[in-house]
Amino acid sequence: MAISFMACHALAGTQSNINSTIYCPSRHQPLVSGRLDVRRICVSMRAAAEKGHTSAASLPGIPRASKLITSAVAAKSEATTSSPSTKPGHEVLLFEALQEGLEEEMEKDPRVCVMGEDVGHYGGSYKVTKGLAEKFGDLRVLDTPIAENSFTGMAIGAAMTGLRPIVEGMNMGFLLLAYNQISNNCGMLHYTSGGQFTIPIVIRGPGGVGRQLGAEHSQRLESYFQSVPGLQMVACSTPYNAKGLMKAAIRSENPVILYEHVLLYNLKERIPDEDYTCCLEKAELVRPGKDVTILTYSRMRHHVLQAAKTLINNGYDPEIIDIISLKPFDLYTIGNSIKKTHRVLIVEECMRTGGIGASLRSSIIDNFWDYLDAPIMCLSSQDVPTPYAGPLEDATVVQPPQIVKAVEQLCQ
Amino acid sequence: MGWRLPLRTALWTLRGKQPKATADMVRELSHRREVYSAVPCHLHIFPILKRLQSSEPERACSQNMDEEMNDFMGRKVSYSSQMCFIPEESTNSVPCYRLLSTHGDLLDPSSINELDKELCIEMYRKMVTLQVMDTIFYDAQRQGRISFYVTTIGEEAINIGSAAALNATDVVFSQYREPGVLMWRGFTLQQFANQCYGNEYDLGKGRQMPVHYGSNELNYLTVSSPIATQVPQAVGAAYGLKMDKKDACAVTYFGDGGTSEGDFHAGMNFAAVLGAPVLFICRNNGWAISTPTSEQFRSDGVAIKGQAYGVRSIRVDGNDALAVYFAVKNARKMAVEEFRPILIEALTYRVGHHSTSDDSSKYRSVDEIEYWRTRRDPVARLRMFLQSNRWWDDENEDLLRQDLRTQMMSVLHNAESKKKPGLSNLFEDVYDVIPQNLKEQEQETQAIVGKYPKDYPSDVPLD
Repeated sequence: MAISFMACHALAGTQSNINSTIYCPSRHQPLVSGRLDVRRICVSMRAAAEKGHTSAASLPGIPRASKLITSAVAAKSEATTSSPSTKPGHEVLLFEALQEGLEEEMEKDPRVCVMGEDVGHYGGSYKVTKGLAEKFGDLRVLDTPIAENSFTGMAIGAAMTGLRPIVEGMNMGFLLLAYNQISNNCGMLHYTSGGQFTIPIVIRGPGGVGRQLGAEHSQRLESYFQSVPGLQMVACSTPYNAKGLMKAAIRSENPVILYEHVLLYNLKERIPDEDYTCCLEKAELVRPGKDVTILTYSRMRHHVLQAAKTLINNGYDPEIIDIISLKPFDLYTIGNSIKKTHRVLIVEECMRTGGIGASLRSSIIDNFWDYLDAPIMCLSSQDVPTPYAGPLEDATVVQPPQIVKAVEQLCQ
Repeated sequence: MGWRLPLRTALWTLRGKQPKATADMVRELSHRREVYSAVPCHLHIFPILKRLQSSEPERACSQNMDEEMNDFMGRKVSYSSQMCFIPEESTNSVPCYRLLSTHGDLLDPSSINELDKELCIEMYRKMVTLQVMDTIFYDAQRQGRISFYVTTIGEEAINIGSAAALNATDVVFSQYREPGVLMWRGFTLQQFANQCYGNEYDLGKGRQMPVHYGSNELNYLTVSSPIATQVPQAVGAAYGLKMDKKDACAVTYFGDGGTSEGDFHAGMNFAAVLGAPVLFICRNNGWAISTPTSEQFRSDGVAIKGQAYGVRSIRVDGNDALAVYFAVKNARKMAVEEFRPILIEALTYRVGHHSTSDDSSKYRSVDEIEYWRTRRDPVARLRMFLQSNRWWDDENEDLLRQDLRTQMMSVLHNAESKKKPGLSNLFEDVYDVIPQNLKEQEQETQAIVGKYPKDYPSDVPLD
C-alpha cells in the first residue's frame, strides 16, 4: 500500500508545518496501522529550498519492501505495493552508482573536482572514478602523491577558495594521516573564521572489515571521526542511497564524510533514472515492524536483513532502520520507532569501545529512556585489531546468528 | 643466432618495430645490453606521460622511443665510472639577496631610479604601525587586558615587504606571525583589537585566540595554529586558481620550524608536480620557540630544499624591506605566468619571545636579543635609507609614532568596552544550518546560565 508520490506530498503538506514544497520522503512510504508516518523535512532540504537550489526530492522507485521479504509472513504494511514510478530505472552495482552520482555532479557544477591516489588514469582502486579523468581532464580528476595530509589539506584550501573537492581515501584507514587537517581545519575553520569561509568538501572512501585485508586496512574510521565538531558523517549501504548520498554530500555546504564499505561495492540494485538525492540527516526505514527496533548501518544492514529472514520465520516482527546519518543521528525516525517497539538492538561493525553504537546508545538513553522496556543491546566488534586469518576475522564481525539470538533475548 | 633470436624479437616487438634478422641489429642489441644492463628493463618500455596540465581531456604524450635508453624519470642521466657521493653541504651556502646595507645604504646607488618614493614611505609607515601595534598589544597582555599575543618584532620587513608586492586578489595562508600582511591590505587597528578582545565586532565572532585573524574580504584565510597545515591548503587554493586560469597566486608563510613538518614536504612536492602558482615564504628567524635552527635541520637553511623538490628558490635578507619586496614581486610574476611554485627563504631574527607565554631569555642570551633589536632592526634600517634620501625626517617620525600611540589607546579602549558575542554564537556556524542536537544543547546551556548567572561571566549576553 505504498502511497503515490503526489499523495504523500499533499498529506505531508497538510499535516505538518512545512512551508516548503520540497521534501525528501524515504523510499518507504508504508502505512502503519492506518496512520500516515509523516516525514520530517530535512534541515538541509529546507535550507536548500530557502537558498533556491534545485529540487532535491527523491522519487520513490520500486518499493524496497517487495524485494526483502522472502517469507510468507510479512507485515501487513508491505503487502502488494503498486509502483508509483512509471520509469523502469536501471540496474547498477554500488560502485557504479557512486560513479554516476559523481559524474552527474561534475557535469552540473564545474567547481566539483576529485583528488586522491590513483583516481585519475587508474580510475580509482575500487573503480569509483573510472572514466572521469578521460571525460573531465586530469587536472579536475587529480592524481596525487602518497601524502594524505597533503591532498586533504589541499582540498580544504581549495574548498575555502571556491572549489567543491571530493577527497578519496584509498582506504579510510589512510585518512588517519590526514586527521590533523580534518579535525583542526576541516571541522573547525567555518566556525573559527566566524562563518567567513565554508568548506564544502566530501571525504569518501572504503572502510570497514573486508576479506582478509589485515588490521591496518580494516578500520572503522567513523568511530574516530565522530567526535570532531563541524563534520557530517553518512554511511551508504545500497546503490540507491550511495548515489543519493554522494550527490547530497557534494551539494552540501558542510564538510561531509561518506563512508563506503569495501565489501558492498558489487551490490546490485535497480535505481531510478531521474536525478535524485538522499537526505544527509535522515535514517532509512528498511522494514517496519513492532517487536524490536534494530538500528544498523553499512554492511551490517545486510547481516541484519539476513537475520531478519530467520526472525520472521520464527514469528518475530523486527523494525529495521538503517541509520544512514552517523553524525548527527536522526533521532526523529529512531525515536518514533522506539516509541512503538520499546526495545532497541544496535548492530554495528565498530568496536565496542567508543564506536557509533556507544554514542547512539547514549543518545537514546538521554532522549527516550521512558519508552524503553529493556536495556539497549549493542552488538559490535570486539576491541581487537582485525586479524588476517579468515575464521578469526569472521569471529570479530557480528554475524546473523548473533543478531537472531540477541533479538530473541531482547524480546523475552 | 640461437638464444639471441627470441630476445631480439621480444625487444623489438616491445618497441613496436618489426624484428629484422640482420647481424648488425644483433650486434647493436648486444652492445646496448652490456652498457645498459644495469638499468631495469621496465623503465625502457613505459613512456613518461605529461600530465596535470589542464582540465580539458588531453592525450598523454610520450617521449621519443629512441632516447628512452638514456632517460630516467624524464631527464637524462649521465653515467660515470667514478664513484662520487654528493656532499652533505656545498662549499658555498646559498647567497642572500639584499638591496640595502645594514645601515640603510643602497648597495647599488643607481637602483634608486627603480624605487617608488610613495611606496617606500607607505611601506615604512606600515612597518612602524606594526611595530607600535605589537608593542602596545604585548603590554596590554602583560597588564591582563588581553589573554595572549604573538609579536612580529624583528620581522616587519618580511610582513610589509611581501604584502606590498602581492595583489589584493592573491590568497594568503599565514602561520600567525604575519599580521602585517593583513594590515597592508586594509585591516584596521580597531579590527585587530576586536579580534584580540573577541568582542561582538570580531569577524571571527570570538571563537579564536588573539592573533588568529582572518578576513574573507581581504583574501586572508583565518589563522589556524597547527604548524604548517596551511602549506598544502595554499597548494589547493593555487590548484583552483590554475584551473580557473586566474591572474592570482596563493601565498603561504611559515617559519623555519614549520619546514620540519610533514605538511611542508607534502605541500612543496605536490606544488612542484602540479605546477601550482604558489609562493612559499619561509621566515627563517632562527628560533622555533626554544629550538635553534641548528637543531631544526642540518641543511643549508631552507632555500636549498627547493631544488630537492624541483622548486625554484631564493634566499633573501628578510630585514631588508626592499629586497623582500622585489624578490616577492618577481617570484609572483614567475608563479603566475609560468605556473610554478617559488620558495623564498627570508633570513631574519625573532626579536620578541615566541609568544606571551614564553620567556626567551631562558634559552638565549639577552645580549643576542639586544643586538638584533637595536643594531639589526628592519624598521630602523629602512628609516635610515629614507632619511638619507630626505624622503623622511625626525619630525614625521615623532608625529607618526605619537599618532599611532593615541590611536592604539583609543582602539584598545573601544574594543574593551564592547560586548562579547552572545551565547547563541557558541552554537552557530558549526554547520551551515544548526542541527537539532546542537539546538537542544543550546537550550540546555541557556537554561543553566540563566539559572546560575553568578557562576558565569556577566558580560556574555544570553541570546
